[in-house]
Amino acid sequence: MLTAKPVHLRREYDVVVVGAGPAGMAAALGAQESGAEHILIIDREKEAGGILQQCIHMGFGLHHFGEELTGPEYAQRFLREVYDWGIDVLTDTFVADIDGMRQLKLMSGTHGVHLISAKAVVLAMGARERTRGAIRVPGTRPAGILTAGLAQKFVNMMGYLPGKNVVILGSGDIGLIMARRLTLEGVKVHGVYEIMPHANGLTRNIVQCLHDFNIPLHLSSTVIDIKGKDRVEAVTVAPVDEALQPIMKKKQDIECDTLMLSIGLIPENELSRQLKLRLDPLTGGPIVDSAMETSMNGVFACGNVVHIHDLVDFVTEESFLAGRSAGEEATGQRRPGDNVRLMPGENVAYCVPQTISTDREHTLYLRVRKPLDKSTIRFGDVFERKLRYVFPAETVTVKVTPRLLQNFHGGALRIDVTPR
Amino acid sequence: MRYDVTIIGGGVVGCAIARELSRYRLNTVLLEKESDVGFGTSKSNSGIIHAGHHSNPDTLKGKLEWEGNPLWDDLHRELGFGFKRIGELTVAFNEQEQAVLEKLHWQGEIKGVPGLVLWDRARIRREEPSLSRSIISALYAPTAGVINPYEACFGLAKCARLNALDMHLESPVQSIRAVDDGWEIQTPRETITTRYVINAAGLYADQIAGMAGAKTFSMKLRKGEEYILDKRLDGLVDHIIFPCPTPVSKGILVIPTFDGTIMVGPTAHEVDDPEDLTTSAAGAEEVFLHVRRLVPGISERDCIAEFAGTRAVSTNGDFVIEPSSQKGFINVAGIQSPGLTAAPAIAIRVVNILRDEGLSLSLKDDFMASIPKAVHMAGLPLDEQIRLSTEDHRYGHIICRCEQISEREILDAVEDGARTLDGLKFRTRAGMGRCQGAFCTPRCMQLLAQALDLPLERITKRGNGSWLVCQREQETQHVNG
Repeated sequence: MLTAKPVHLRREYDVVVVGAGPAGMAAALGAQESGAEHILIIDREKEAGGILQQCIHMGFGLHHFGEELTGPEYAQRFLREVYDWGIDVLTDTFVADIDGMRQLKLMSGTHGVHLISAKAVVLAMGARERTRGAIRVPGTRPAGILTAGLAQKFVNMMGYLPGKNVVILGSGDIGLIMARRLTLEGVKVHGVYEIMPHANGLTRNIVQCLHDFNIPLHLSSTVIDIKGKDRVEAVTVAPVDEALQPIMKKKQDIECDTLMLSIGLIPENELSRQLKLRLDPLTGGPIVDSAMETSMNGVFACGNVVHIHDLVDFVTEESFLAGRSAGEEATGQRRPGDNVRLMPGENVAYCVPQTISTDREHTLYLRVRKPLDKSTIRFGDVFERKLRYVFPAETVTVKVTPRLLQNFHGGALRIDVTPR
Repeated sequence: MRYDVTIIGGGVVGCAIARELSRYRLNTVLLEKESDVGFGTSKSNSGIIHAGHHSNPDTLKGKLEWEGNPLWDDLHRELGFGFKRIGELTVAFNEQEQAVLEKLHWQGEIKGVPGLVLWDRARIRREEPSLSRSIISALYAPTAGVINPYEACFGLAKCARLNALDMHLESPVQSIRAVDDGWEIQTPRETITTRYVINAAGLYADQIAGMAGAKTFSMKLRKGEEYILDKRLDGLVDHIIFPCPTPVSKGILVIPTFDGTIMVGPTAHEVDDPEDLTTSAAGAEEVFLHVRRLVPGISERDCIAEFAGTRAVSTNGDFVIEPSSQKGFINVAGIQSPGLTAAPAIAIRVVNILRDEGLSLSLKDDFMASIPKAVHMAGLPLDEQIRLSTEDHRYGHIICRCEQISEREILDAVEDGARTLDGLKFRTRAGMGRCQGAFCTPRCMQLLAQALDLPLERITKRGNGSWLVCQREQETQHVNG
């Protein structure tokens, strides 16, 4: 592993990036490319790389590098580049505060409490996992209830098992990956219970992590009770009806010592809230324009802070753009504004960025609410395109070019994804 | 070991009695079955210091509530737990309810509860704009406050220990028998003889009294579920919001806690099993239905955690604080709401009972009323944070990101007696925030393991069999893991 060289903290930076995961590292490289000179990446963990450090499975980089890498390998390639360019990486440091003048309060075990300021800031804090409280699973509160990401940290980073007998609630990707990981460690994984009629993770993970290891996936089923005083002793599962209400006649107890939750991610936006950025209730992240700038001038955002991504490759692409824009801002290069506001319509859960321009090329990331076999994506009556199957767990990416928008002169543009 | 007094139960009542007794030249021990004090009823309640007007002055609980309320100011100054008198509002939606408020107002004035004022619509709108528009009036009581009840227990217990009181944790009482001039008590660790026994065993008070043949009361158990909302709702309400009370209950409340989270609850349902701390779908539904009526802006979606607590209720509905038929055995039972508020007054009452029962009490010259206060980095001004983190870099090293708790605070808590993840959590708030420990759990476990010189698999959530991780058994196969 590459280790950070000692950082001599400046009082002022061109660009400060909060978070040294894939988003933060790509953003810093983007800022460097557009001419910013003093760039600092800050991360609260001991080493850069973000959550990729604990994702030791394969499957990263197919889009970006055209080859299959592990999480740490993917992170390593970026970190090497970051170091090669002489970009400062300050780890083990927590950004406690940030204000509208882009002054940041840092806390660290080596530097103590410090204030620094930046011409542009990129928010790349990633996401956190939803916990039991978010879905209020009834029952007792023993040890042995944990999120899949925490289980992954115990196993892959610390060399311990979270339990020997596991039931998984929710079919998010981390849960699927951990179902396989724990099975390989000799842990009994009873099955994955998903309240929705469709899985929440990527199809390739359903196949490679569950089917290949004979781990059952129970759709339209959920955990309705947790038993055990000190440690989990059993959970009660039941299928649900169309209104997602448990069918009590069919409930059943499963003896286990661990309930692992993989029920989704939430963008980490504590700093965004301090800055009073405008947040999009659909994404849970800040509203961004086509340069990934938030509602506050000089503050940019990218990665899972903005919306939950399914592939790191898309994070990288989006974050390069955010970093380039931040670098342009810091070096006084003017960027043209947007003139199109995108409005999620039928079967569109959200769309990022929220605004674009008719005279540049853009990549849009959007998610659908319901799976469809064959569908059409329609941008108002300006243009439409056929899509193969769409699925809530998989991001739809659409390239929009000036040519496609040549007959549109700005304003609101509604996006619908309908059956064909 | 021979003691003058043995307190059974380390809840807020037992801890308050312990601290009160530690003023005197006595050999006193407190026995607690859990791995920490305050880990039963005291940890899982609404954390309210009541103003005193809700309960009838003719009852013992009504009297001790009123006596207890003002005692918390000194305790707060001396022991440093989280406590703020933010005031409460009891609201009325219609004329009948308003009549109840007027009766409470009158009852409070007779008892001498200070500062009670009836607010009209305009005042409510101005001072609590998030409340439902259908509320027509509210009774304001400025002396009601919110407290971190577990911190109060830790503070009381720490002060008692500092004044030479023995505290034995993980020491459930297995048997009690009368011997010459006192009692013999058996725990898994030891045999204790003692002249006096204070039964402050909370949910188990009837069982403990039964062991000694001193059961002068009967009680039932009432469970309450509480739900904690994300900190970003901080400021939604400034006061504790009570619905208009019914003859059986104070109802389901909206509580802006000391730490800036909003807590809603509790339900009140009778249970048989004191270990039943389950939360339920029905409980959540009941709580959110009721509190949305008070504050329409509250949503289940903001819930970050839930818990349940059980209170012991005597069958006559009042506190039982009295000597039993057995000499030297004193029951302190059925301490339901407002037991937390009343606890300091209960302690004084118990000391007086001991005196009446023949215990000679002489004050120590060197009693230390105050304890060193724990540092909470997150609440300090910037220059103070800079000073502390320069002195000790571990103050700058943040372990819990949601609540901004530093490594040094964690180590201070271990020094202070935290032996488990929950012990750390309730002393420092590490793991109490919106991620509910998903990020800081491994770091807290590692710090505990290091400080206690234990392997990671011996670190527990809250003692006994609540293990968190185990050793892997086999070599990992070479597959894409």
